[in-house]
Amino acid sequence: MLKLDGVSKTYRVGAFGGGELKAVSDVGFEVGEGEVVSLIGESGSGKSTLGRMILRLASVSSGTITLDGRDISSIRDRKEYYRQVQGVFQDPFSCYNPVFRADRVFTMIKEQYFPRAGADEWRTRVETALESVRLDPGNVLGKYPHQLSGGQLQRMLIARAVLLDIRLLVADEIISMLDASTRIDVLNLLADLRARGLGILFVTHDLSLGNYVSDRTVVLRHGKVVEMGRTDLVFGAPAHPYTRSLLASVPRLHAKWTDAAPEDMVEDAPCAYHEAPQESRTRPGLAEIDSDHYVACAGKEKA
Amino acid sequence: MRSGERNEALHFALRNRKLVAGTIIVAVLLVAGLAGPMLFDHAPNDYVGPSMAPPSGEFWFGTTTFGQDVFAQFVYGLRSTFLVGVLGGVLAAVVGMVVGFVAGYRGGWADELLTMLTNIVLVLPALVVLLIVNAYLGVRSIGVQALFIGLTSWPWAARAIRAQTFSLRSRDFVDLARLSGVRTPRIILREIAPNMSSYLFLTFILLFGSSILIAASLDFIGLGPTEGVSLGLMLNNAARWSALQLGLWWWFIPPGAGITAIVGALYVMNVGLDEVFNPKLREM
Amino acid sequence: MALNVTDLRVYYRTLRGEVKALDGVTFSVADGEIMGLAGESGSGKSTLAKSLIRLDGRMRHAGGTVELDGREMPLSDDRGMDRFRFREVSLIPQYSMSALNPTRKIGKMVGELLESRGERPDRAELERRLELVGLSGDVLDRYPIELSGGMKQRVVMVVSTLLNPSLLIADEVTSALDVSSQKAVATTLLGFRDRGLVTSMMVVTHDIALVYQIADTIMVMYAGRLAEKAPADVLVTAPRHPYTAQLISALPEVGVRHEDRRLTGIPGSPPSLLKPPEGCRFRDRCPLAFDRCAEQPPFAEVAPGHFVACWKAE
Repeated sequence: MLKLDGVSKTYRVGAFGGGELKAVSDVGFEVGEGEVVSLIGESGSGKSTLGRMILRLASVSSGTITLDGRDISSIRDRKEYYRQVQGVFQDPFSCYNPVFRADRVFTMIKEQYFPRAGADEWRTRVETALESVRLDPGNVLGKYPHQLSGGQLQRMLIARAVLLDIRLLVADEIISMLDASTRIDVLNLLADLRARGLGILFVTHDLSLGNYVSDRTVVLRHGKVVEMGRTDLVFGAPAHPYTRSLLASVPRLHAKWTDAAPEDMVEDAPCAYHEAPQESRTRPGLAEIDSDHYVACAGKEKA
Repeated sequence: MRSGERNEALHFALRNRKLVAGTIIVAVLLVAGLAGPMLFDHAPNDYVGPSMAPPSGEFWFGTTTFGQDVFAQFVYGLRSTFLVGVLGGVLAAVVGMVVGFVAGYRGGWADELLTMLTNIVLVLPALVVLLIVNAYLGVRSIGVQALFIGLTSWPWAARAIRAQTFSLRSRDFVDLARLSGVRTPRIILREIAPNMSSYLFLTFILLFGSSILIAASLDFIGLGPTEGVSLGLMLNNAARWSALQLGLWWWFIPPGAGITAIVGALYVMNVGLDEVFNPKLREM
Repeated sequence: MALNVTDLRVYYRTLRGEVKALDGVTFSVADGEIMGLAGESGSGKSTLAKSLIRLDGRMRHAGGTVELDGREMPLSDDRGMDRFRFREVSLIPQYSMSALNPTRKIGKMVGELLESRGERPDRAELERRLELVGLSGDVLDRYPIELSGGMKQRVVMVVSTLLNPSLLIADEVTSALDVSSQKAVATTLLGFRDRGLVTSMMVVTHDIALVYQIADTIMVMYAGRLAEKAPADVLVTAPRHPYTAQLISALPEVGVRHEDRRLTGIPGSPPSLLKPPEGCRFRDRCPLAFDRCAEQPPFAEVAPGHFVACWKAE
């Protein structure tokens, strides 16, 4: 459904925009219907930039993003695109205009997409959407954002996306600001949406959360894909040293960190999956080491 | 739903003492300025009474050295002061908002161009320009005076609004509005502007006040309206004819208090409005 | 005993009344103990950490005592607390990135800080401490802007432990970091204790899995009161308070998949602390609640070193 092909994002930096900063380089993956893909990376990995590019909040420097084979930048009518693709962001409090009531996010959808819907009909639709994210409409409608909890606000944003017949949801760190006792419920909602056939791009820095919901996983580092593929393969048999060191650093509940030094990250040994790049100045692409399991070359890059 | 929001704002507005008090003061002075002049069958600068008379039943605010009625001057002065303040303030605020919103929201080349324009107008010695323009065009009406004041005093407002817009633009709710398919002008008007409504009002108040003060200084150097009176002109006349030294307190206190009351009341209104607009302050 | 807290109450003044953010907590931290202090937002964990250092303008010491190494700390006396700060009890703040003055060189700043405490800066010792956290002595001649966030955090960690405090409080120091830096910071904290630079430590966090890695004991707070304190292994594997149990079962771990095991959160939300309900504060959300919960259960020792505030835990 959604396909990224060689997507890069370059920012101009420094005086007179002379320098270039590559936030994302040559990223390609797909999100299918009824599939959760988690995009995992630390800060500065470019994961949020990718999410923003898919939501057309940032431009693509090179490469293409297509929805059903159509380049999304060629879809003139943004509304048509946003009817199918929606996003939920990290900070639920920042997503609501503090001056207005929280349910204004629904009103905005009505004004833009369903101006003809009757008040009663619309109210029923909003209530159904709220119930689908397990919120009691009576508890949240008519309240101001600061009167609601982060979990409630985040669910309302998911309900907002559900009001449109979306096919893809970009969920950018949507639970990292929620309390532990409620975050799992929001995570479960994503699984419910998947069961309804939605494709979900779940952007996160937390490996255990990505592992819990996703079918496929993409690990990013410094804007490049390090490893990707079926979640059970990426987590079960991580091939790239970076993925392995991330997994080793994740605090677990029933196992303490091992004292062993984090896996050797010195990237000068020839990579086990790639021919060492002898002459070429660039690294080879991703190698397929199993069905639907790709890994980047971990060998040292030639200067 | 939107009319409900408006009713609610009104409900809190009526219960807010600062807002109500400020509004009453401004309204009283405005009514005095509008209706006051009708009480007199003489012009404000006519010599109608004894010289230097203290306030009495006949001359409420006393008379000047020349026997002019200070109360008559005061109400006429209020009228022109309001006029120049409102016209100059509104004009400067509108230009400042358009430039500030567009530069802050659009960014890029539009921002650079508008910021350059703003800075040019900002460093122009406004008074010198006004002098030259006045000398060439010989402008003597309050309306044109307000026009000049408005066209020269918007830059700092534009800069402040640009900075605020710039920080609000990156907030997630603006992204969310874009994801809802809302177009840019509507995002500025409906998402960004309401977040700084009290700020915009404060900007207007300061522009209002500064218009009044600039007008007073223009009046003083002889570039004001030749006919008529303003509170600024009264103050300057009082100073010129040594009202302070002669103990004619009724000559300079009313215009000074008038200006202070208008600007002060507007400021109190602003604090009140902030509490009405901001639901968080409302609850406390 | 390093730290003894008895029935401590700290309230926040707000325009709507007093928020009972910390409402009668009694516990102790032994010499050499690293205690993890876990809880959700509004549980009172940060209030507890702050009140052992400095009460800010809105906080009021409403009762109870705190003893450190046998001496009572005068919580509401800001001057009197100066004798304890840095020397006896020290804090690594949550936003240590912004704790450094950008216009001063690091070395100068540290020197002034030490002089204000009547201590002479010892450059050699300072450099040795910096090396312990993996920084070279050169950073003393640099401005904060020249350091990365992680480096600044380590500088703050060194500064706050310079006078070998008896108790070190780390307030959410890892929450803004990436997983790999989290691990580095947490291991550094552990190193402070193991090298004897600090006697005991309180690590405040919302991340139980992280604090489990380094803590000897974990204390869980809920709505301004203590729920449970136990050795880290016991708390994670055999929690006795229903809140702790539900909280831990709501944490997804690497390896747990939605299809295999659907985890659930805790329904409901914590009570308002403006007028907290009588009795156990978890009652409304608790699956085990019964009549007796209308009465506040004591924070009782049910096994050696294992304290629980629940009627059903005995």
